[in-house]
Amino acid sequence: MNTIHAINGPVVKVAAAKDFSMLEMVYVGSKRLIGEVIGVSSGFTTIQVYENTAGLKIGEPVIPTGAPVCATLGPGIISNIFDGIQRPLKDMTKLNGVFVAEGSAIPSLDEEREFDVTVTVKAGDKLAGGDVYCTCPETALITHRCMVPPNVSGTVSFAAENGRYKVNDVIIRITLDDGTELPLTMVQKWPIKQSRPVAKRLPISRPLITGQRVIDTICPIAKGGTAAIPGGFGTGKTMTQHQLAKWCDADIIVYIGCGERGNEMTQVLEEFSELIDPKSGRPLTDRTVLIANTSNMPVAAREASIYTGITLAEYYRDMGYHIAIMADSTSRWAEALREISGRLEEMPAEEGFPAYLPSRLSDFYERAGYVETLNGKEGSVTIIGAVSPQGSDFSEPVTQNTKRFVRCFWALDKSLAYARHYPAIDWNNSYSEYLDDLADFYTQNVGGEFMQLRREISNILLEENKLMEIVKLIGADVLPDDQKLSIEIARVVRVGFLQQNAYHKDDTYVPLEKQMLMMKAICKLYKLSLVAIKSGVPISEITALGFFDRLIKMKYDIPNDRPEMFVQCFRQMDEAFRTLSV
Amino acid sequence: MSLQYMGLKDINGPLVALEGVSGVAFDEIASIRLDDGTERIGRVVEMQGDRVILQVFEGTNGISLANTRTVFSGKPLEIPLATEMLGRVFSGAGKPIDGLGPVFPEKMGDVNGQALNPVARQYPRNYIHTGISSIDALMTLIRGQKLPIFSGSGLSHNKLAVQIVKQAKLADESGADFAVVFAAMGVQNDVAEYFRRSFEETGAIERVAMFLNLSNDPIIERILTPMCALTAAEYLAYEKNMHILVIMTDMTSYAEALREFSSSKGEIPGRKGYPGYLYSNLAALYERAGVVEGSTGSVTQIPILTMPNDDITHPIPDLTAYITEGQIVFDRDLDQRGIYPGLSVLLSLSRLMKDGIGEGYTRADHSAVSNQLFAAYAKVQDARSLASVIGEEELSENDRKYMEFGRLFEEHFLKQDFDENRTMDETLDLGWDLLCSLPRNELDRIDDKLLDEMYDPEKAKRFTENNAFSEIAAPEEK
Repeated sequence: MNTIHAINGPVVKVAAAKDFSMLEMVYVGSKRLIGEVIGVSSGFTTIQVYENTAGLKIGEPVIPTGAPVCATLGPGIISNIFDGIQRPLKDMTKLNGVFVAEGSAIPSLDEEREFDVTVTVKAGDKLAGGDVYCTCPETALITHRCMVPPNVSGTVSFAAENGRYKVNDVIIRITLDDGTELPLTMVQKWPIKQSRPVAKRLPISRPLITGQRVIDTICPIAKGGTAAIPGGFGTGKTMTQHQLAKWCDADIIVYIGCGERGNEMTQVLEEFSELIDPKSGRPLTDRTVLIANTSNMPVAAREASIYTGITLAEYYRDMGYHIAIMADSTSRWAEALREISGRLEEMPAEEGFPAYLPSRLSDFYERAGYVETLNGKEGSVTIIGAVSPQGSDFSEPVTQNTKRFVRCFWALDKSLAYARHYPAIDWNNSYSEYLDDLADFYTQNVGGEFMQLRREISNILLEENKLMEIVKLIGADVLPDDQKLSIEIARVVRVGFLQQNAYHKDDTYVPLEKQMLMMKAICKLYKLSLVAIKSGVPISEITALGFFDRLIKMKYDIPNDRPEMFVQCFRQMDEAFRTLSV
Repeated sequence: MSLQYMGLKDINGPLVALEGVSGVAFDEIASIRLDDGTERIGRVVEMQGDRVILQVFEGTNGISLANTRTVFSGKPLEIPLATEMLGRVFSGAGKPIDGLGPVFPEKMGDVNGQALNPVARQYPRNYIHTGISSIDALMTLIRGQKLPIFSGSGLSHNKLAVQIVKQAKLADESGADFAVVFAAMGVQNDVAEYFRRSFEETGAIERVAMFLNLSNDPIIERILTPMCALTAAEYLAYEKNMHILVIMTDMTSYAEALREFSSSKGEIPGRKGYPGYLYSNLAALYERAGVVEGSTGSVTQIPILTMPNDDITHPIPDLTAYITEGQIVFDRDLDQRGIYPGLSVLLSLSRLMKDGIGEGYTRADHSAVSNQLFAAYAKVQDARSLASVIGEEELSENDRKYMEFGRLFEEHFLKQDFDENRTMDETLDLGWDLLCSLPRNELDRIDDKLLDEMYDPEKAKRFTENNAFSEIAAPEEK
């Protein structure tokens, strides 16, 4: 029998064992803690344990399971909350009280819950990997489609009647090509570190609409894309992720709280069950899966939480849904890698991080994408990862390496956050490589001028950035009137457009149409003012018209569902400027 | 009689190694008896085959390879827990050091603690009134929050901590079941004495449990100090339903002790020599704050740390702020100008404040006032940096108003006496009065309805009148 030879924190070694394979899941000790093999040599097998190792003894057994660490995929995932290795935290409280105890062998999915199953195949049908054989409503928003595991194909030899079934009931039996019969329940397993196969990857063409102006217009993210939100503490990473999780137009949100605060997860749980999705009228929890491995939970499970999250997302993508993953924070995940690597006494690269950090990061972000699934549907996984750079220094290894693998970068800025400018996305340092991919969508679906207006808004901000260098040295008073105007209009863009109030009922989510009209109003004011200034009107007279202050407040004054009020505003602007030039 | 192991194999700093050991569990506690009859406590930190490495809490002075007998207890480190811990003084390892004899345990508690299941937490919402304007209005402390104080050597963080303990009261209750657990890690004798005396003078001592590891105490015991203190706090909060405020000072000494221990264990260092697991380790402490289902108590933490060289990007404050729900930051410049408490408003933050203020908690206009004060004070900084280049006289009218606002804000709002306990209404009204010194169109974070009701430039007059008065009065005092 294989027994424990050495223990160092979450790392356990077994001497002279031959029957372990890499990344295999094992049970460690008499409490049967869950672990994963991360190193095999002729002398030692090295295992990382996903639970607290206090109390383990030398000589306790280590039992191989013959399979890698897997996620359990089936109905009952949505609206649930799991830890990093997919144990249901709610059920755990019933069993163990308020603290997370070790060795809790709780099934990931509720095995007693019954679902209304519609079987969509009959005996004699030929099925291949990815084909749907039954469906059931999982929540009011999500219909669960059970699919044949990707590597299986054959002929249906038995199909159950429609009816109420539990997740482990056999729904169909398949005769495989080699003649053996395989029963399929509503559950399948998939190794978390392996991406699920797809028919093909499709080009990116649709935005993930978030209702956040600075994101949708300045640095848009696409469905199937990747984005990073780096920012020091207090700059609003979590807040931004919450806003995206609440409002973005994905079908399902997978929220991974990786090494973050316990209270934040509680907040997500509470808020999301109270918040009603305006599109469906259902609570947001009906479309959300939470994975919570808070900072004080075992570090190896923190490493696994990211993989568990993306595997769940890929599973729903294969059903034809659009998923957005919020990973908060990938830096904590990288630190978990570093911690384990340190315990293994591996040669560190930059700042103690292991040399394989970039390849792990790229493995993760590459699992995003817009795809055609095995059963011919379209689905996508969008990854939005928060990064917590040490000392707010973007040159540290995690931020730098993440930057190489994401195409959208929303840099959060401390000085904006100090001035309580939220979302504190710094328009000068952020970028999105999806602009060209998405231009067609915006032009066709929002309005032909959208991209043009967006460019004008960007130019105003660029111009301000240049002028501010001078203003910092000599003050704004000495600037000529047209440059003063640039600064005034840029203030309107910053305060009236980029700043968005997450606590205001209208401003928390702004439809693209209103975003465009707001830009149009600002650009119109700029043009009219510029003409007036060129004809010799002093800027003080122009600001006295009051439109600058009005536009700053238009986000509150004009409700989301009253776009006609903009037309009225445009007309008043024209009239006011006409009197000016007379 | 349990098995005794004679002698040791190696000694390296606070670590000792034994060989030929069997049946020992990871993280178990052992007692090491020396020939002179003294006893020390060690903890298993690494095991390989029959070789066990122990971390000795009291240090390895006087230990030789031959003069020890080691007995393993078969248990992790536990301390006795009881309500009567309040009013008592303990060492960092949880032993009574006030000469009043041992605590009669109602229960033994494992100091390692376990991770709270996020599902079992309740989101903290009730604020704790501290009577300090800057904290109450701008970085409100919430029951169940962990809100550290970032300070520097020589600043008045200890004074502030005492004032918070003295004035802290729960907003909605009498404060009868309110108690303080105080953990001192590597602080000087004088500082520990200052806290003890202050608690005594204010009559709080009966409701304080103190865990003291002074700067000349062994460093390994320092690693245990916060764990013991938090174990006591959790017991009082979750099982005895009390509201516990935990003050931990100084987290910098704690992290340095951890670094010393890690390097003597030969671990690969991360940033600035601190071990790679510093984040997880700190999180294991800080996350022990909260409110849980099934109990009416709460654990609120105020860790205090001194930023080495006032550098907020140093790993200790940096990692701390990534875990805690905000931070209260001291500003040396304000402190030198005699403003107590000299808090840097723009760097400070309370993450839980947004859900614990406003209608039903503090006052409906709280959030608008605090947002506007933040935004206005941020503009003060811009005006000041411009003034430092072109001189104050050259500033625009608007910028000069902000300069004046900044001065008034620091003089009247931030600055407060050690004995001054301001109510929430006083604090918020003071905020309004200050905002009224600015032109109305500058107040862009407050909606018009509220401004119609509250904005009145007359309100700001009292500062100028007071100023005039103090200018006249000041020479007379001399």
